[in-house]
Amino acid sequence: MQGPSTPSSTSAAAAASSPLLKSNAPTGPIEQRWDKHRFDMKLVNPANKRKYKVIMVGSGLAGGAGAATLGELGYNVECFCYQDSPRRAHSIAAQGGINAAKNYQNDGDSIYRLFYDTVKGGDFRARESNVYRLAQISVNIIDQCVAQGVPFAREYGGLLDNRSFGGAQVSRTFYARGQTGQQLLLGAYQALERQVEAGTVKMHTRSEMLDLIVIDGRARGIVTRDMVTGKIETHIGDAVVLGTGGYGNVFYLSTNAKGCNVMASWRAHRRGALFANPCYTQIHPTCIPVSGDYQSKLTLMSESLRNDGRVWVPKSKADVGKTPSQIAEADRDYYLERKYPSFGNLVPRDIASRSAKEVCDEGRGVGPGGLGVYLDFGDAIKRLGKDKIAERYGNLFEMYQRITDDNPYETPMRIYPAIHYTMGGLWVDYNLQSTIPGLFVIGEANFSDHGANRLGASALMQGLADGYFIIPYTLGNYLAQTKLDKVDGSHAEAQKAESEVRERIQKLLNAPNPSKTPDAFHRELGKLCWDKCGMARTKEGLEEAVRRIPQLREEFWNSVKVVGTGDELNQSLEMAGRVADFLEFGELMCRDALHREESCGGHFRLEYQTPEGEAARDDEKFQYVGAWEWKGVGVTPILHKEVLDFEYVHPSQRSYK
Amino acid sequence: MSGNSGKTMHIKLQVWRQKNAQEKGAFVTYDVSDVSPDMSFLEMLDVLNERLIHKGEAPIAFDHDCREGICGMCGLMINGVAHGPMAATTTCQLHMRSFKDGDELIIEPWRARAFPVLRDLVVDRAAFDRIIQAGGYVSVRTGTARDANETRIAKQDADAAFDAAACIGCGACVAACPNGSASLFTAAKISHLGHLPQGQPERMRRARNMIAQHDKEGFGACSNHRECEAVCPKQISIANIAMMNRDVIRATTIAEDDKQTSGGGM
Ligand SMILES: Cc1cc2nc3c(=O)[nH]c(=O)nc-3n(C[C@H](O)[C@H](O)[C@H](O)COP(=O)(O)OP(=O)(O)OC[C@H]3O[C@@H](n4cnc5c(N)ncnc54)[C@H](O)[C@@H]3O)c2cc1C
Ligand code: FES
Repeated sequence: MQGPSTPSSTSAAAAASSPLLKSNAPTGPIEQRWDKHRFDMKLVNPANKRKYKVIMVGSGLAGGAGAATLGELGYNVECFCYQDSPRRAHSIAAQGGINAAKNYQNDGDSIYRLFYDTVKGGDFRARESNVYRLAQISVNIIDQCVAQGVPFAREYGGLLDNRSFGGAQVSRTFYARGQTGQQLLLGAYQALERQVEAGTVKMHTRSEMLDLIVIDGRARGIVTRDMVTGKIETHIGDAVVLGTGGYGNVFYLSTNAKGCNVMASWRAHRRGALFANPCYTQIHPTCIPVSGDYQSKLTLMSESLRNDGRVWVPKSKADVGKTPSQIAEADRDYYLERKYPSFGNLVPRDIASRSAKEVCDEGRGVGPGGLGVYLDFGDAIKRLGKDKIAERYGNLFEMYQRITDDNPYETPMRIYPAIHYTMGGLWVDYNLQSTIPGLFVIGEANFSDHGANRLGASALMQGLADGYFIIPYTLGNYLAQTKLDKVDGSHAEAQKAESEVRERIQKLLNAPNPSKTPDAFHRELGKLCWDKCGMARTKEGLEEAVRRIPQLREEFWNSVKVVGTGDELNQSLEMAGRVADFLEFGELMCRDALHREESCGGHFRLEYQTPEGEAARDDEKFQYVGAWEWKGVGVTPILHKEVLDFEYVHPSQRSYK
Repeated sequence: MSGNSGKTMHIKLQVWRQKNAQEKGAFVTYDVSDVSPDMSFLEMLDVLNERLIHKGEAPIAFDHDCREGICGMCGLMINGVAHGPMAATTTCQLHMRSFKDGDELIIEPWRARAFPVLRDLVVDRAAFDRIIQAGGYVSVRTGTARDANETRIAKQDADAAFDAAACIGCGACVAACPNGSASLFTAAKISHLGHLPQGQPERMRRARNMIAQHDKEGFGACSNHRECEAVCPKQISIANIAMMNRDVIRATTIAEDDKQTSGGGM
């Protein structure tokens, strides 16, 4: 199939989408679509709600908010997470803030502007209807969270404070010191625990979903492993929702929590859910660089630091070995300010990251291995005083010092980009339903709103929009119009899924030549993905990755070494299972990156750049969502396309000059 | 980075090993060589675990997730101190440069009646969730909230609420307390919500029910040892416990009054 001849000719585009990928987005004026859709959706009779069992996998911002709200509405919810408490989901780690089009600062913000910024920031690879709805809902999120007692930052007058974040030219980001994710998650967690007390939600902690059960073409349940006893359990329900987060840990080193994984999404993919845009991964420009091979994860330093910090490297390679104070002002290259005079240090993440890589590739990087650039607060301290800087960034400076043993008040921080967020995910329609009826996907686990690049402070917004405000409606609509047979765990499909799970565990425990740990495989895969499918990608590199990953996978099944049994708390078995899925997923990610012969957002192909070195999109050929259908291990997956229409925000080249 | 690159240390560990909740545990000694001072404490355990797996021995189970000091999943007693020697720091944020070459370290799980050991260094902290279930929330239905700026909240109240809300629920306070009390954890939530107007309508009920659940879980009472505050990675102040105690006393008096006037609870 072929894209439309002119990028914005809408009807031709719609006709070209795969029949599997009906967006089900309403038509009509964009600002009325969600309202109209809500009215058109069927409702479940209040007395019947408790008869429906909803399985919610994940209790982060998306899953926690969704489970709490569905429980409050009266559904019978079973919620699962792998940590020992829902309060620990990885959403807790978000530092910077959450966007909302409140225009409390009267600086010209509006729902339309947030919509526009998100579509443009996503490099014209997201669905307009979804993005507009997200911008609309953003205002309700803040109201909801404040009512729950989330202690957002306030001004002296008692009103909510805002800051500008990640390249936005308005101040629309709400924050709670450097712990916004924590406070939002605790709000959702408390709402969730309230429902647990009320008896509408049953929480299963330390439970890992290992497979999806599909019966008569509909998602009807999951298979889990109790991570304390090792017991394999089958849970049957009327619908399944995944809010299981992103897949950034395919790169091994990332800013994600150690346990973040792709298993839930991947198992659903293998059962028929299409996986969209896996190559859209986001690299965050301001992380603490790697210090040694034992390194287990990378730590993000909030992007808000770029509001006052200036990024530089030495102008000359000869100076990289010197300490920063030995390098005179005239010998420093403030490369972001030089290249992007109007945005300077505040350019979007992909641009800031790529520029850092460029200067390091030129041999001008600083610190171990030359993989770092300076983020310097010297001028800001001179201008505003140390106290002001301490007030703004004190906790971040402390964290930096704790990890690196360097004091950023005295010497510039060293930062380097790291994998941080994944825009790709399971394909969903406007109702957040995947290609398997009855399987819904929310939060970072779906692909829906950020296109090829996510703007700062927009993931928290999306997770909560999906969980509090969208899934409670759209799931009800599904249940109200679907007649489901009564089934239980003895159904042949459920039994089959369960026995496959058991077999797989036995395989992991009994490799023929056990000699290499799951962690060692994970590191090797991560390095390969980072080298070939990281900040800059090429055809040759990706082809090599697509060749090497299956070899690594084969080696894994032949020689992974897991000690102990499946009937006990066994963390290396848990890890082995996750790595096994990453070894399949990584291949798909690289294939997607290989097929997308253009650069857009977080996907940068060296072959496709403008003469100035910026990402060169090819709207003619690639203005679509690429959603892959599973065909088996080692079998080439099938690509389906949802062609994107832009009726409101017309594709243009992003420019931050 | 810190000028430590190149130097390595040798550390001797005595680690609590326990197969599961039923079996008895014991200390096992391990020698860990080639420890870089820039490693985090958990990375040092990762390295040891990789070596154990190669030898065919079960790796040491310990809880962790974010490794950024925010999820509250990690927590070890290191030489008798919850989260180890560095103030205001979770175990995952502790680095080996806090120790010296040749140091001997004793590593144990949190020990408290209400936190049974599940395996090695992993304990069951579900009691914390049940304390929150008893009232650690504001009852507000999704989608019904008024505009967020309709109620102004003085910055100092918002800041005080935040200071208490920063609790990560790791359980160090309980592990450090000679009475195994979870007063600091419980008080932090009561105080977070009690400092805000949104938290007022349920304030007394919240205090009464949360503390009742706390006692029911088998956590001990607070007798002002202040060990909790000393180990808290988020520096939650014991002033919150004083606020909780005031609320609990008031709540009990109100409940008594209710009984006399209406013959029932609230
Ligand atoms: C360090 C960091 C800082 C960030 N800062 C910001 C920011 O300032 N602003 C912003 O908007 N965004 C930020 N983000 C992004 C944002 O935090 C995440 O995208 C978002 O919180 C994801 O929420 P979620 O609910 O989709 O997933 P998560 O919070 O990751 O939750 C996933 C849930 O699924 C469960 N789960 C996963 N797999 C399984 C399984 N197989 N079985 C059972 N349960 C499972 C987990 O237990 C967990 O409960 C940041 C991300 C990172 C890493
Ligand atoms: S692992 Fe999250 S706080 Fe230590």
